[in-house]
Amino acid sequence: MNSLILIFILLALTGFSYFYGKQRAIKLSGGVVSTRSFNSLPKQFGLLTALCCGLPALVLLLLWAIFEPVIIKSLVVSTLPQDIQQLNSEQLGLYFNDVYIIAESVISNCSDSDAIKCKAASYYTELSANASVYKAAFIIAAVMFAVSVLVRRFHSTFKARHYAERTIKTIFLICSIVAVLTTLGIVGSVLFESLRFFSAVSPSDFLFGSKWSPQIAMHAEQVASSGAFGAVPLFTGTLLITCIAMLIAAPIGLMTAIYLSQYASDRVRGVAKPMLEILAGVPTVVYGFFAALTVAPIIRSLGESIGLSVASESALAAGLVMGIMIIPFVSSLSDDAINAVPKTLKEGSLAMGATESETIKKVLLPAALPGIMGAMLLAVSRAIGETMIVVMAAGLAANLTANPLQAVTTVTVQIVTLLTGDQEFDSPKTLAAFALGLMLFVSTLVLNIIALKVTRKYREQYE
Amino acid sequence: MNNSSQILTSADTDLEASQHDKSDLANSNLANSNVANSDVTSTIARSLKKRHAKERSFRRFGMCAVAFGFIMVVLLLADISSKAVPAFSQHWLQIDVEYNQQWLGVDNTSANGLGKANYRTALKKSLYQMFPEVKSRSDKRALFALISNNAEFNIKDTLMANPELLNKTHSMWLLADDDVDNYFKRADKIGAAFGRINDKQATWLEQLSAEEQVVSRFNFMFFTNGDSRDPELAGIRGALTGTILTMLVTLLISFPIGVAAAIYLEEFAPKNKITDLIEVNINNLAAVPSIVFGLLGLAVIINLFGLPRSAPLVGGIVLSLMTLPTIIIASRASIKAVPNSIREAAIGLGASKMQVALNHVLPLAMPGILTGSIIGLAQALGETAPLLMIGMVAFIVDIPTSFTDAATVMPVQIYLWADAPEAGFLAKTSAAILVLLAFLLTINLSANALRKKFERNGLNRH
Repeated sequence: MNSLILIFILLALTGFSYFYGKQRAIKLSGGVVSTRSFNSLPKQFGLLTALCCGLPALVLLLLWAIFEPVIIKSLVVSTLPQDIQQLNSEQLGLYFNDVYIIAESVISNCSDSDAIKCKAASYYTELSANASVYKAAFIIAAVMFAVSVLVRRFHSTFKARHYAERTIKTIFLICSIVAVLTTLGIVGSVLFESLRFFSAVSPSDFLFGSKWSPQIAMHAEQVASSGAFGAVPLFTGTLLITCIAMLIAAPIGLMTAIYLSQYASDRVRGVAKPMLEILAGVPTVVYGFFAALTVAPIIRSLGESIGLSVASESALAAGLVMGIMIIPFVSSLSDDAINAVPKTLKEGSLAMGATESETIKKVLLPAALPGIMGAMLLAVSRAIGETMIVVMAAGLAANLTANPLQAVTTVTVQIVTLLTGDQEFDSPKTLAAFALGLMLFVSTLVLNIIALKVTRKYREQYE
Repeated sequence: MNNSSQILTSADTDLEASQHDKSDLANSNLANSNVANSDVTSTIARSLKKRHAKERSFRRFGMCAVAFGFIMVVLLLADISSKAVPAFSQHWLQIDVEYNQQWLGVDNTSANGLGKANYRTALKKSLYQMFPEVKSRSDKRALFALISNNAEFNIKDTLMANPELLNKTHSMWLLADDDVDNYFKRADKIGAAFGRINDKQATWLEQLSAEEQVVSRFNFMFFTNGDSRDPELAGIRGALTGTILTMLVTLLISFPIGVAAAIYLEEFAPKNKITDLIEVNINNLAAVPSIVFGLLGLAVIINLFGLPRSAPLVGGIVLSLMTLPTIIIASRASIKAVPNSIREAAIGLGASKMQVALNHVLPLAMPGILTGSIIGLAQALGETAPLLMIGMVAFIVDIPTSFTDAATVMPVQIYLWADAPEAGFLAKTSAAILVLLAFLLTINLSANALRKKFERNGLNRH
């Protein structure tokens, strides 16, 4: 709550700075009318003053938030007895965690056995309380100093507008760099943890091993404590479900696009398109629920009625529902590709006496093929990366099978199961999730790049 | 339909006629015999029949594809709606609660004494009094299992509010257990054991309902309670609050950054390697699987920066990074659509580039930017996978009150309930899905309305 009050104070200060800067500029010019002789308008002086107050405050707040815990921790640790300071970083971390818990608990019930911890905890509480006071005082003083320095420099030739606009432009640039930083963050985090994983498990075992049982590594005292991290069953499971999904989505999505763009009347299109968009807007967790509780039992009872044994969590159910989810995606992208084909090609073909379906099959589709291929590749990458449907409907058993009636597991399912719940980040079990994430990221990225290249190349042909 | 098929057949005859003409012409030029002429004509007529049949089947195939999508939408919504119906009502049992001083273990009516009284025993004994034939321990346990776990808190609140009820009998409606609820909600075979209700329990319930001591009411608790292990008590308010907090963070981060980035890239960016890199990055980010953003949140925001797990703050940051590309792409398209004449006019009057961008282009592009942002936020609202990574799957009963409290969101709540083994949660899950879909529908409709308004009086006005 304290930091919230500070933020409000800073916001108020920023607002105040605007009027202060504006008034100072007006005063300097000797009244509103003679601002003509100034380089900038009073409100631009105000804007610059407000920026000069708000920006440093924001930066300082962020820096403080990042460095405060580190500094407080090192201060607390430095007061601990020598033998505890000698502990390795991991044990020290555990020790400090206890201190933190004692400090955070409302009722401080310290027994005599951990008097040192209690002392450290009270020191920690004291430091935290002091830190928030220091923070508020320091940041408010800093922004007031910055504003006063700026305002002192105001004179008739001061280029307030120029400076203000350059600052805003820099902020805009930084905002657009956030996307790059996100990518770097993804690559960095996934790669870093994956490297730690590959230092424990060899990459060839991971990529070509056919046994996946990461749970064994949980119990270090067991004989078979190494765990098995062969990811081939996950890859085949992912591919199996993706194939089933594409077998549903590709023909139905493409035919939907063809029918709606070539045959359907405006009225049909006006109803069908938004209806299909509903399919695209339904959250995936809803599809997962539908797959697990409606489709899977139907498939199971159907299979049993003709004497097949179907697992209760079958690849078929997950793939089918995923296919339904992707239909609108495929159809809207294919629609774009078909509509991008020049009308003259179609008219020429019809004029030669070809039927509409012949025109579509022999003229439109070949011309739109790169675009449609791109759409299919994007759909595949989406199916590979889809999580909730498979988590809820595909199962956890890492079977190396091509039988769609059996339970399979996928890369995304394993990432979720490895990383939900409490976990420590030094076992291959949790790090394996990041290695899988790396595989997922790289494979979908490659698919997307190929898809974009294919579509772009094709677009250039007609323009 | 009829009309179009007529047009089709007339076109067919035209086509056939022109084919006849063509073959006639060819034949006369080559001076072929009449026999050959009719032979060619019949060949063509036959192939034409085949081609038209193919045309019709192709068309039918297309119709089937559209119909399949249609049926799936209807099936999905009907399935979930029908499963959700039971969640909106709940059964209550009328119990004569005797606030016996001895059962409660209190000697005076001071608030402190009443607060610590043994309501569970009082409730049990009151219940046994209603069914004197119940004697054995297991039967007594079965009888008490008919009432929800929170009933003892209900009777406590009643007595605390009206201390004069002490040593009196008060007839109260108490919430039934979820098994009882399921027993009454099934359509068939009244009076026989069902689900987890045994024969004896069924007899007691029939006895209660014969005396009109069972009633079904609208389930307000579904909207006012937090999560619970007991299906009859579980509600979505915690998840709804968490969703609102998370979406607030997402909106506050992704909207300003997204719009600023779009303005920079469209209005200011020089064409160089850095801006190329940014553009490629944005397009790629839009296609990165959502779960990878969860990995980013876990590794960087939680492990590196040490922000609290399960918090709406972290969830909001992760979702805003995910929504950012959508908002940037939509905003750029909208800014691009602003006619250049506006920029030129403003520059001609001496405005700086920044003034053009902020005072002239941005207001005109705003409806489009808002539409795109709303759609992006609607996507984020339905997202589950990245939130599983950052620990928003925890079982949380309390309603979150700040951005750093442990919380969950609607889609994750649906995921959690879908996994719960109790039968009562099936309806709750479906009902929560309906609420989420209604939420999404409202958002999308408002985006559509905005777009319509924008199309009607947007750029043309200026």
